[in-house]
Amino acid sequence: MVVMKMKFPFQKRVKLAQGLWLLSWCATVAGATTFTLGCLLKTELRRRAEVMDNTDIHIVPNTLMIVGLASLGINYFASKICQDALDAGRFPRWKDFLKPYFAVSCFFTVLMLLAVIMSYAMKGSLESSLKAGLRNGIRFYKDTDTPGRCFQKQNIDRLQMEFQCCGNTDFRDWFEVQWISNRYLDFSSKEVKDRIKSNVDGRYLVDGVPFSCCNPRSPRPCIQYRLTNNSAHYNYDYQTEELNIYLRGCREALVNYYMGLMNTIGAGVLSVFLLQASVLVSLRFLQTAMEAVAGKENTEIETEGYLLEKGVKETMMEYLNPVLTFLLLKNQVQEGEETTPGPATT
Amino acid sequence: MALMVVKFDLKKRVKLAQTVWFMYWFAVLAGILVLSLGLFFKIELRKRSELMDNNESHFLPNLLIAMGLIACATNAFGGKVCYDSLDPTKFAKWKPMLKTFLVLCVGFNALLVITALLCFVMRIPLQFTLAQGLKNGMKYYKDTDTPGRCYMKRTLDLMQIEFRCCGNDNYRDWFEIQWVSNRYLDFSAKEVKDRIGSNVDGQYLMDGVPFSCCNPSSPRPCIQYQMTNNSAHYSYDHYTEELNVWRRGCRDALLSYYGGIMNTIGALVLLVTMLEVSTAEMHISACHLQSYFK
Repeated sequence: MVVMKMKFPFQKRVKLAQGLWLLSWCATVAGATTFTLGCLLKTELRRRAEVMDNTDIHIVPNTLMIVGLASLGINYFASKICQDALDAGRFPRWKDFLKPYFAVSCFFTVLMLLAVIMSYAMKGSLESSLKAGLRNGIRFYKDTDTPGRCFQKQNIDRLQMEFQCCGNTDFRDWFEVQWISNRYLDFSSKEVKDRIKSNVDGRYLVDGVPFSCCNPRSPRPCIQYRLTNNSAHYNYDYQTEELNIYLRGCREALVNYYMGLMNTIGAGVLSVFLLQASVLVSLRFLQTAMEAVAGKENTEIETEGYLLEKGVKETMMEYLNPVLTFLLLKNQVQEGEETTPGPATT
Repeated sequence: MALMVVKFDLKKRVKLAQTVWFMYWFAVLAGILVLSLGLFFKIELRKRSELMDNNESHFLPNLLIAMGLIACATNAFGGKVCYDSLDPTKFAKWKPMLKTFLVLCVGFNALLVITALLCFVMRIPLQFTLAQGLKNGMKYYKDTDTPGRCYMKRTLDLMQIEFRCCGNDNYRDWFEIQWVSNRYLDFSAKEVKDRIGSNVDGQYLMDGVPFSCCNPSSPRPCIQYQMTNNSAHYSYDHYTEELNVWRRGCRDALLSYYGGIMNTIGALVLLVTMLEVSTAEMHISACHLQSYFK
């Protein structure tokens, strides 16, 4: 059962080859663009690596970079094949090359689509990674004298100012952590001693936030300390005050930023995927149309082109069988080695 | 006595004319570059016109835009003339205008050199405009309820954060003005009454700075209030403390930013001038040789 049979007179074949050549060069540029987009995404993720707990999300830009490079190769060969396609003498040399070529090309094209799907699917993983990373960042904010953590304060401050956010979920995360280093606390003063005694772990907790949480759009000078105490500040109501500090949490801000970036990139990659798929489909039609011409004296006859010789399922089994046999054979050899005992030593 | 006599047969002349035509199109691109540089500079000035009291001079970016447009027109015309010079019939109609065109080119190049020099020199009036503008800006910091000035606080805060600076000359400029609005001062409190009574104008002055002056690189949480009082904070000496707030003044920061832009633009305009001069010279030698030898 042949899939999508089409008639190809000589002129149509010529036009197909010419169109395909142009399309393959467009797809090459698109492949380079995909690689660049992957690099861009990776750079952006690496910039905030210190507030991410794991690098699972990096699989998306890595896949995009691999696919971009692969598509450069795929489209290079596509343009070479379609250049030779109209010359009945030169086309047969590609015969053996085309079957594995199509297998590899389809694999990488599907991988492109998978990368886009992954960018949406990994939102949860990104969020949990950011949650853990930001929690650690806030915890180690005060450790500006500990090697390995001395830049946490600077990073968190710059992050909060740039993304206009405060804390992990919101600004109250700062109330639960001691973010003022012991080096700057006067342990002889009553206030400090009271605060330290008031909780189990002996931490100096304040209902205050660092200066980087301050919102420049507030009409009044920033209130960062004694946020929940209305009487400590003139004409201040903590429940209704909205512009004083950033109310958004940094986790939400970062997730929105990265999802926005991946949506934009995903839209671009989807269009590249469509372009690449059309290149492969056109090449397949050209190949099958030219195969019917092979060996004939008159190269300008009308031939038929098709997508798949057999049905979809049969074609897939045809491709997967060698792979499965290779894997199974490997397993059998391994099992065989395990069951047969080693050379007996006496 | 001819300068640099070279023998030219027809083929060589054609090739030379083509090269000059190509150079003219390159010069058109250079003209577009000058135009875009002028636009960029104009936009940058307008972005911060609030900090310059809306008093800044747009003469230089306007001049750059005009020069860019003239460059494009002149070079396109020159390219057309050079292209036609290979065909004697077409060339005949341009012949009378040639002398005026060359004189105009010389004038245009002189104007370009002047523009480049202006780019380096206009730094000085900009310095004064910035000093005045920032001083006024800081005065209106607290007026977030006055129409026309309600965004000054936000502008100043964002500028201090972006350019990593504090105050006009340095952070002590904030000690000399009242930057806390009266709406947020409790006039029944003793502390407020003391501060207001302590100076002639009845202003609430304090030795504190806004939060946007804070330096994130400081190892300790930012100290913005009671900055000169060492005993108000544990383990603090305001003479030796360097990382707490930004020490650079915003006038210096903005001046070096705009100075950098103007230096770059000046250097690029000089390069464009050299390109224009060499193109015009080659035009004369290549495209009109036959007219002098006819």
